[in-house]
Amino acid sequence: MVLLLVSLMVFLTMRLLPGDPILMYMTMRDVEGSSQEQIDNIRKEFGLDKPVMVQYLRWVSGAVRGDLGTSILNRSSVSAELKRRVPITFYLTFLSLLLSVVVSIPLGVISAMRRGSWLDTLVTTVANMGVTVPVFWLGILLVYVFGLILKWLPVFGYTSPFTNFWVSLKQVVMPVFCLAVFSIASSMRQTRSSMLEVIRQDYIRTARAKGLKERVIVMRHALKNAMIPVVTLTGMTVRYLFGGAVLVETVFNIPGMGRMTVDGILAQDYPVVQGAVLVIAVTILLSNLIVDLSYGWLDPRIRYD
Amino acid sequence: MDGSTRGYGMTKHGHVKETRVKAHASEFRRVVRVFLGRRIVIFGVVTIAGLIICALLAPYLAPYDPYEQNLSGALQKPGFNHWLGTDAVGRDTLSRIIYGTRTSLMIGIVAVAIAALIGMTLGLIAGFFGGKGYTFIMRFIDAMMCFPPILMALILAGILGAGMKNVMFAIGIALIPAYCRLMCAQVLSVRENDYVTAARSIGATNIRVMIRHILPNCFPPLIVLITVNIGMAILSEAGLSFLGLGIEAPKAAWGKMVSDGYLYLRTQPVLSFAPGLAIMLVVFAFNMVGDGLRDALDPKLRGTL
Repeated sequence: MVLLLVSLMVFLTMRLLPGDPILMYMTMRDVEGSSQEQIDNIRKEFGLDKPVMVQYLRWVSGAVRGDLGTSILNRSSVSAELKRRVPITFYLTFLSLLLSVVVSIPLGVISAMRRGSWLDTLVTTVANMGVTVPVFWLGILLVYVFGLILKWLPVFGYTSPFTNFWVSLKQVVMPVFCLAVFSIASSMRQTRSSMLEVIRQDYIRTARAKGLKERVIVMRHALKNAMIPVVTLTGMTVRYLFGGAVLVETVFNIPGMGRMTVDGILAQDYPVVQGAVLVIAVTILLSNLIVDLSYGWLDPRIRYD
Repeated sequence: MDGSTRGYGMTKHGHVKETRVKAHASEFRRVVRVFLGRRIVIFGVVTIAGLIICALLAPYLAPYDPYEQNLSGALQKPGFNHWLGTDAVGRDTLSRIIYGTRTSLMIGIVAVAIAALIGMTLGLIAGFFGGKGYTFIMRFIDAMMCFPPILMALILAGILGAGMKNVMFAIGIALIPAYCRLMCAQVLSVRENDYVTAARSIGATNIRVMIRHILPNCFPPLIVLITVNIGMAILSEAGLSFLGLGIEAPKAAWGKMVSDGYLYLRTQPVLSFAPGLAIMLVVFAFNMVGDGLRDALDPKLRGTL
């Protein structure tokens, strides 16, 4: 239901784009003096002469079969283009998510456990700054420091980890860090505050009274219960990661989906934007589903009947 | 009989009103005290006040005309005449940053106003009436939640074209879901209160109950969301301008300044760095004020927004 609504939304918004992609195509190709007949022919070729509803049905039935149409500008298949670009963006967002979980949860826990210490102050300050920094600006800052001054890392580009692992890793460090900063910061804040909430509970006092080791209390009793809001937030950050990917891919000139969407919007190439946005939306939908299912594991009181 | 009842009711009403006013005043004082209890919050308030002054008095504060081009004085290093140097066409960076305050604050405030107005109305309707309306509105919002906000703003800005008004609108629409969801959740819990039943029992109409009794009691968490979102909106505007879908060319916008400066990163990094710092400062200030408001208005909300 939501998926259908999403596809309809993507489609209809794209139809609202001003300008005519065919005319854009004509000017790009510099086909001077093309007759009305030629224009009509191309319009027919892309099925843009049909009523909007028919176009939508054709698009959806194609999408279900994995065919997202043809790019109007360069006549390549959108699905093929996506097949090349999706792994890149997924790779980046996955690494960022991983980095964010690995860094933020331990730091959040430590800062909650040592509340008021210098470490806590540091973590909180960094987290507060992390949620405010513009990603693209941070990217530029990193490029300047590590790329231009220290010359440690390449400034832009992307290589698949399967072709050359080291080069790929070096190229990916800065984009992944940039992308992860917002989610690291927000999930650090969330972990800290929900840990603080949980350690006030009675069962933690009971565990302490039983004489359990602090480590066991934190790891087994507190953390698992504190995780629910963190998991919710992590699910939500997937949304922001894909949004951030648009900016980061632009800064570092990475040929991913985000870049594809921006270029598509600028060129008013409907099928490209539709395809890319649909893939992003479906991914976010799936990640929300995973989050919902994980609640049951974290808190057995939550059941889905 | 009728008269005496009314008289009694009036005195009682007057009495109740009086104590309520008192409770209100002390509650207000408590909120202010907690709100201003943290230094970082005061820093936020002062910064925002300073920025508003900056925006209002831009023509008096800016040392140069932000639009005046001077090609012979292009790309000057920061110095006595131009504290932050000049850009590629010789415009004074500091003056442009000061004028950029206007753009950013204006967009932040108007975009959030649009989002809050539409989102809260939808949430109020969905939560109050329930049934089919609820299902329809909330499914629609669920579908909207499948898009990264910046991507949605990007697509809308692509549809509407660049320009201040369109950017405000695009960002405003993209921020709707959070308001709708929060408002709906608030209404669902507030409408169970006894005073709502009481109001209904004396024959208050739906509209009256909705506006006089439910709406005011839903506000506290929404105020927090609004404050934090102004920062988000400013960040989104910077992102859009960075991608070239934001404010039209000559106008000073921080995001655009960062992306223009990116070209001269090697020779003059300050062109990119300074406006980025300005963005960060504003967003940080709004976030801190939002945090402070949250702690003051409802400690239970800590870490959830």
